[in-house]
Amino acid sequence: MSILSSPYVSGNFFDEMFVSPTEVRPHYQRLAGRLGTLPVAEFDQRRAAVDLAFLRRGVTFTVYHDDAGTERIFPFDLIPRVIPNAEWTRIEAGLIQRITALNLFLDDIYHGQKCLKDKIVPPALVLGAKHFRREFMNCTVPQGIYVHICGTDLIRDGAGNYLVLEDNLRCPSGASYMIENRAAMRRAFPNLFASSGVRPVEGYANELLKALLHIAPPRSDKPNVVLLTPGVHNSAYFEHCFLARQMGIPIVEGRDLVVRDAHVFMRTTAGLEPVDVIYRRIDDDFLDPLVFRPDSMLGVPGLVNAYRAGHVALANSIGTGIADDKVIYAYVPKLIKYYLGQDAILPNVNTYLPSEPLDRKFVLENIAKLVVKAANEAGGYGMLIGPAATKAECDTFRGLVAANPRNYIAQDPINLSRSPTWIDGKLEGRHIDLRPYILYGEKITVTPGGLTRVALRQGSLVVNSSQGGGSKDTWVLHGDH
Amino acid sequence: MPAAKTPPARPQATVMLSRVAHSLYWMSRYIERAENFARLLDVNLQLLLDFQGFTDTTIKEHWGSILLSSGDEELFAKHYATADSRNVTEFFAFDLRNPNSIRSSVNAARENARMIRDQISAEMWETINELYLYLNARNAAEIWTAGGAGEFFTSVKRSAHLFQGLTASTYSRNEGWEFIEFGKYIERADKTTRILDVKYHILLPSASDVGGAVDTAQWQAVLRSASALEAYRRFYVSEILPWKVAEFLIFSDSFPRSLHFCVAQVDDFLRRILGDTGPRPRTAAGRASRRLLADLQSLTIADVLQEHGLHEFLEEVQKTLDTIGHEMMETTMFYPAESSGDVQQQQQQQ
Repeated sequence: MSILSSPYVSGNFFDEMFVSPTEVRPHYQRLAGRLGTLPVAEFDQRRAAVDLAFLRRGVTFTVYHDDAGTERIFPFDLIPRVIPNAEWTRIEAGLIQRITALNLFLDDIYHGQKCLKDKIVPPALVLGAKHFRREFMNCTVPQGIYVHICGTDLIRDGAGNYLVLEDNLRCPSGASYMIENRAAMRRAFPNLFASSGVRPVEGYANELLKALLHIAPPRSDKPNVVLLTPGVHNSAYFEHCFLARQMGIPIVEGRDLVVRDAHVFMRTTAGLEPVDVIYRRIDDDFLDPLVFRPDSMLGVPGLVNAYRAGHVALANSIGTGIADDKVIYAYVPKLIKYYLGQDAILPNVNTYLPSEPLDRKFVLENIAKLVVKAANEAGGYGMLIGPAATKAECDTFRGLVAANPRNYIAQDPINLSRSPTWIDGKLEGRHIDLRPYILYGEKITVTPGGLTRVALRQGSLVVNSSQGGGSKDTWVLHGDH
Repeated sequence: MPAAKTPPARPQATVMLSRVAHSLYWMSRYIERAENFARLLDVNLQLLLDFQGFTDTTIKEHWGSILLSSGDEELFAKHYATADSRNVTEFFAFDLRNPNSIRSSVNAARENARMIRDQISAEMWETINELYLYLNARNAAEIWTAGGAGEFFTSVKRSAHLFQGLTASTYSRNEGWEFIEFGKYIERADKTTRILDVKYHILLPSASDVGGAVDTAQWQAVLRSASALEAYRRFYVSEILPWKVAEFLIFSDSFPRSLHFCVAQVDDFLRRILGDTGPRPRTAAGRASRRLLADLQSLTIADVLQEHGLHEFLEEVQKTLDTIGHEMMETTMFYPAESSGDVQQQQQQQ
């Protein structure tokens, strides 16, 4: 008995692999052929081996609000998500278009604010936004790049159209899992890759290093690049180490750095060593206690001053959160049109803004049919899925939205596409999304692949690792079969 | 035409963060500590099994002297009623309230390793992580009933040895190596003094006052606690005499757990770390270590027993080792020692 022998219910959703219970989409056919010959016992054995390897290697993330065993492995499903070349080409073009426009938007916001004067975005939404950093007005950033690393979350609707769910322009995480997942799949199914024509994702770290070196101040021919981590208790600490190792750069904490005369140094056993580029995985608020939160123990006093002086480069730049604000998100298609004169290749999910009176009325009246999200939360926190919520939960959110409309958005619920996933010895459909990684250096590159997150709980639409989500390897094919 | 001579490659500037050096040092110390406690417990549990004649009182005394020498008797008394084998094993092996227990040590070693995960080899990390997973999946009750304590301690020791072996064979001989070795030997020296101190009263100048015939089995146990029994036999080719045991564990210049040997290593790595290589050390740590080494090179066991008293001598050595360790850190690690808050670290996510 193979893992494809048991009956599979694709349900009333767009299924990534099956057109009907018996018909497999063309780009999944080679995979299906292989899985069809794989006995269940052997599959389970490989699955256990992969889990054990993750645990031993410490490929884990930290769960907050959980006293018992705060490190977990990120549940990994062995059935990959496959994307044919034609689909990927469009995704790639759409992402490059989007990050180009968002970067122009950031440059505009922090300089002339033309888009506000031209009434493309209501000024109050930008100037009053939590992540708008007025301290950074008219600051020149190296090479004019604000967002060097971007993870954009994509979903597919009931018809299989790719939509942008949100942009992550501050410190997006997950790229290490994209690479580790591929390594795990190679170990579990070494023969599968030879014949499948899967594009490699391993170039990510190299491209990242290139993007970081691109913004180095012209001090020396061998700039010192470091990764600034909040520390070992951060949920993404594994990733920080992983990327630092892959790039061969030191991983530093705030207390390892010191600023002297607007230059950044690291404290080494032999004294102070200059730092040129910082890939920071700390939020703006914590970066420099002299400029932002004075109680920050993670940051480096004087760092912002050194950045302003052009003596050190930061990736991503400061204040990029204004462009991934969920309210600004609603304006991105307009911004693409405004800056590039193009229509957005990847559309948004239909979004309502309670800050606009008409939308607010609609949202408050129809909250049970909508998905409501706090404008500045991440990790699947602070959201309401109306159709799945109780009346009391809906009432709570109605109150929240009415009290602070600028802080929320509402969206039509999307029946995320599903992918066959191995659950308790059976193949079952589970909802997935996709986070591809875009790097903006000398040119913009999108790593062919990404992190496919899967909501392992039946019926759940929340894919976040903190809330019962897992992941899958993401295969972008050279061709379409 | 002769081939153009390429200039010799410039040695790559090795930059080591103070924090990283700090973590390497503690990672290494904690692993050595866990291994020593595993050995000490294993030997003493076996010893008690071998002697059915022990009464509850003698067993209590036996463990009592071990608790005393490790400096943990107060902490133990706070949490446990009697010093029987089971409680002491629980306390030294698993109890997280004891900051020196095997489990606490391994957790701390792993935490340090995790902080410098990017600096150590995958093999080193996996070994330490597996030991951590192994320990945290077990408890004292289980090892008494299931595989037996012996098997458990063997596993801990093996993992620690594997880790040290992998460190030797996968870690580059750079500045970090000096911190690793320094940490290992300073911890080992301290533990050897404590193993010996367990039986110091027998070697008081007038031993008969303390009473009791010298028990060869117990002195064998002391040697075995330092993995030194066979080395001792090969060296002396004679019966096991208390003062010879002390002489061997303090002064041997070839046995790698003797105090002399360990301090020679500590001194060597300390000089390299501090760049303090002149004939007269410039640093306080350098002077302290050189003085201690000179003592171990020049004193005899008779000096120690008659002029200092063994217990006092060992205590003095422990204090000096603490000073050396502390001052080395002060000299090389100039950053605020307090850790940043967990809560703030956890807020950073997207």
